[in-house]
Amino acid sequence: MTPSEKYTAAAYLVVLVTVLAWVAIIASKLQRLQREVARLVELAREKHANG
Amino acid sequence: MKLPALAAACTGLLGIATAMAFFYAPTDTDQGLSQRIFYFHVPLALTSYACFAWGAWKALRHLWKREEGADLASYVAIHQGVVFGALTLLTGSIWARISWGVWWSWNEDQLVLFLVLFLFYCAYFMLRYSVEAGPARANMCAVYAVFGVVLIPVSFLAIRLSKRYIHPVVFNSHGPQMTGSQFLTFCVCLAAMLTLFATLYAVELAGKRLDASLKELRELLT
Repeated sequence: MTPSEKYTAAAYLVVLVTVLAWVAIIASKLQRLQREVARLVELAREKHANG
Repeated sequence: MKLPALAAACTGLLGIATAMAFFYAPTDTDQGLSQRIFYFHVPLALTSYACFAWGAWKALRHLWKREEGADLASYVAIHQGVVFGALTLLTGSIWARISWGVWWSWNEDQLVLFLVLFLFYCAYFMLRYSVEAGPARANMCAVYAVFGVVLIPVSFLAIRLSKRYIHPVVFNSHGPQMTGSQFLTFCVCLAAMLTLFATLYAVELAGKRLDASLKELRELLT
């Protein structure tokens, strides 16, 4: 590969990796929200059972 | 447009844009392969301007109409703008290394002004997280976001106003200085980047709104 090819590939890779990292961050946030919802559902059930 | 449709359009457009940049657009006779960085670099820069402008518009709506959720929308748009801005600087730097032999040039008004714009919006987060959440913080951040938008035309026009530039000017008063296929590729890449912004903006905003609702629910239950 010539230096020009290497740098061009690097520029496109930077964009791709950033977008993938962004998607991974959003996915981890979504998992945290799912856990939070589950915890709140549990809390609501406890409250309902205790009257 | 619904989020899944937007995400599908974004994935499709990004795929088509990359394919067109490498297999459809002709190789530039002057710059060679490295010119293909232009197809992502310029749309990234224009998208970051669009993000900051959208953030400023939402901030203005917050100050003017007291629109509910406008502060959060402004924050999310600026957050996206900073990420697109960082990518603009990175891809531009890589292109500069090939074409100019340096990663950065402080003599270039366009580069320095874009960096100033980028750092200005980075400082937005310092302001936001140094003030306690509430109406005062929302107002301060909105004023800051509205002021920042002034830097966009300055940054955009810098290479056109500068007397001593080496940064290429592709769009001038005579229109785009490229072939039809290059311009078509550029338009598809720009559409892909704007769709990427719209998708990520919608996802992040939905997540933040959900987070706020859950916080409220947690306070009600405990």
